[in-house]
Amino acid sequence: MVLKIKNKVKREQVFRKQRREHTQAKLNQRVERAALEKKDPALRARRLAENVPRTQDNMREAYEPHRESEADDQPAASTSKLPDSDSDEDDDQQPRTPSCKVLVTTSPKVTRATYDFCEELVAVFPDSEFVRRLRKSRAFSIGNIANWASKRGYTSLIVVNEDRKVPNAITLVQLPDGPTAYFKLTSIELTKQIFGHARASPHHPELILNGFVTTLGHTVGKMFQTLFPPLPEFEGRQVVTLHNQRDFLFFRRHRYAFRSTEKVALQEIGPRFTLKLKWLKKGLPTARMKEKEEKTEVDGTAETSTEESAAKVELKPTGTGTGVDDGYEWMWKKELETSRRTFFL
Amino acid sequence: MQSDDVIWSVINQQFCSYKVKTTTQNFCRNEYNVTGFCTRQSCPLANSRYATVRENEGKLYLYVKTIERAHTPAKMWERIPLSNNYTKALEQIDNELIYWPNFLIHKCKQRVTKITQYLIKMRKLRLHGERVELVGVKKKIERREARREQKALSAAKLERSIEKELLERLKSKAYGDAPLNVNEAVWRAVLDKEKELEAEADDADALSLDEYDEEEEEEMLEDREFVSDDSDLEGLSDLEDFDEGDEDEDEDDDEEEGDDDGKSTKRKRGAAASSSSLGKRKHDAPKKPQRPDKASKKRARLEVEYEEETVPLSKNALLAW
Repeated sequence: MVLKIKNKVKREQVFRKQRREHTQAKLNQRVERAALEKKDPALRARRLAENVPRTQDNMREAYEPHRESEADDQPAASTSKLPDSDSDEDDDQQPRTPSCKVLVTTSPKVTRATYDFCEELVAVFPDSEFVRRLRKSRAFSIGNIANWASKRGYTSLIVVNEDRKVPNAITLVQLPDGPTAYFKLTSIELTKQIFGHARASPHHPELILNGFVTTLGHTVGKMFQTLFPPLPEFEGRQVVTLHNQRDFLFFRRHRYAFRSTEKVALQEIGPRFTLKLKWLKKGLPTARMKEKEEKTEVDGTAETSTEESAAKVELKPTGTGTGVDDGYEWMWKKELETSRRTFFL
Repeated sequence: MQSDDVIWSVINQQFCSYKVKTTTQNFCRNEYNVTGFCTRQSCPLANSRYATVRENEGKLYLYVKTIERAHTPAKMWERIPLSNNYTKALEQIDNELIYWPNFLIHKCKQRVTKITQYLIKMRKLRLHGERVELVGVKKKIERREARREQKALSAAKLERSIEKELLERLKSKAYGDAPLNVNEAVWRAVLDKEKELEAEADDADALSLDEYDEEEEEEMLEDREFVSDDSDLEGLSDLEDFDEGDEDEDEDDDEEEGDDDGKSTKRKRGAAASSSSLGKRKHDAPKKPQRPDKASKKRARLEVEYEEETVPLSKNALLAW
C-alpha cells in the first residue's frame, strides 16, 4: 500500500504514521499486561513459563544417549561437581594419590607470549611446575616426556602449543595411563589484561565444572578435576570455573564473597581462555624409541595397554616415532557439525 | 630451423608460458632453467647450447643440450649422472662442460652445491627430526568457530551461573558446618532460612499427625507444660517445639547408652549422619545460651549433651572434607 504512493514525501509521512501506530499498539499491550500482572503475579509466572525462547541449548539433539541412568544416581556429576564428593567416588573406584602434580611445558620453539601464558597456568594449578622445552632436543617427543613425567610422580602433563607466535592449542595428558586430549585454545586474556582483577592467593581453589553431560564430557571433566587437589581451601574463597557451553569450555577464575543468602559478589582473578576439544585418545601419546634400552625401560615401567606397546614395536623399525595410531576415542570432524544442535560434551 | 634469436624475441616481447612476471623481476618456471630467472642467458628454450643440474630421487644429474640434437626433441637432453662426492661432481662438471661459457659452468656448480645441501638437510630431518605433521589452516572453519564461541559465551551467562552454583553449594551445606568462606551474618541468615523451611515442613507433618493420633495428642498436652517456655522466645510454632522435645528425649536415651559404651560410638554415629542432619544439629546449637535462663532441671541435662555432641561432630565433618 505504502509503497505504491509515488510521492516520496507523502510516502514517508504515511509510513511513519503507520509505524508509530504499530509501536503504540504494542506499547499499550505491554502496559496493560504489566498492570494485569502486577495484580496477579501468577499470570506473569505462567507467561514466563510458557514463553520459553527456543535456543540451541534447549533444542539440543543427542549425539549419543546421555548417561541418564548414571546421572540419576549421582546428580552432582551431571551438572556440577564438588571436588570432595568426587574424591569419594574416586576412592571407590581406585586409590588415587591425594597429591596432584602438574607439569607444564610448551612446544619446541616458542616465544614470549606462550611463556607468559604458561606462567599464568602454573599460577592457576596449585601444585604445578613449568619446564622449558629445549630447542634442540629431538628425542623429547610428548610421548617420552609423558613417560618420564609419570615416572617422576606427575599426575598430569600440559603441553601448550604455539603457532605463529600465539599459543593456539593445549595437549592435556593424564598420567600415568591416559587419556590424552587436544584442545584448541582461543581468546586468551592474561590476568593483567583484565580490568580490576583480584590477586590470587596460594589457597587451593574450588572447582566448578558446569554443563558436562555426555560420557565424553565426563571424561574431559574428570581430566580437569585431576589438575586440582581434591581438598579445596575454602578460606581462600577462590573458585575456578570450567563452563561448557555448546562444546566451548570457558575457563575463568574468581574470588567470591557471599553478601547475602541470594547474592554473591565475584571478582575475577584471571586468566581467561576458551578451549575446544579436537580429539581425545585413550592412552598416552606414542613415545619415540631410539635405543633398545630406552624401549625396554619404558615398557617395563609404564604399564600401558598391550596394544600400545605392540604399536611401539611396530613403529620402531620405521624410525618414525609419533606415527598415526588409531587410538582416537573421539575426533572432531567437519561432518560431525552438520547440525548446529548437536553437541558432544 | 633452430634460431635462438627468434625464440628469444618471442619469449621476451610476446609470450612465454613459463614466464612469471613480478614488479621487480621476471622469473621462469621451466624445470631446466639453471637460475630461475627469465633472462637471455639462462633461458633453456632460447639457448641451443645449454646445461643444467637436476635432482631425481636423491641423485644428481647433469643435463646438457647441444645444437646437434635440436631436431630430435625426444633426445635433446643428454643426462650425465654425477658422483655422490661433492668435489668429484664439481670436477665432472668441469670435464663435461669444457670450453663452455663460464656462466653456465658457474651456475651448474652453484646448483650442485644447493642441491647437495638440501639433500643433507632432508636426510638429517628424516633421521633425527621431530616428525611434524603439517595441517592446513582452514580460515572458514576458524571464522565460524570464532563466531560460535562469541555466541556461546553470551549464552553461557558465566557470572550468573557461577553465582548460582556457589549459592547452591552454600545452601546445600557443601562447605561444611562451620564454613570458613562465609560471613557470620550471612551464614546465620542461611541457617534461619532453612529453619523456616523445616518449620513449615514440620507444621505439615504435625498437622497430619494431629488428625490421626489421639494418643500422641495426649502426650503433647503433657509436654506443652514445659515446652511453652521457649516458644515465646523463639517465635516458633508450638507444634514444632513438640517435635524437638521428642527428639531431645530420644537423644537423651542415646546419651545414656553412649555413656555406657564410651564416646567413640557416638562419634561414629555423628560421622555417619548425613549433611542435613548435621545442619539440624547446628540449628539447635544457638538455642543453647537461651535455655539455662529459664530451663527446668530436665533442661540442664540437655544442655550438657549438646555441647558434647556438636564439637566432635564438626571436627569429624572437617576431617571428612
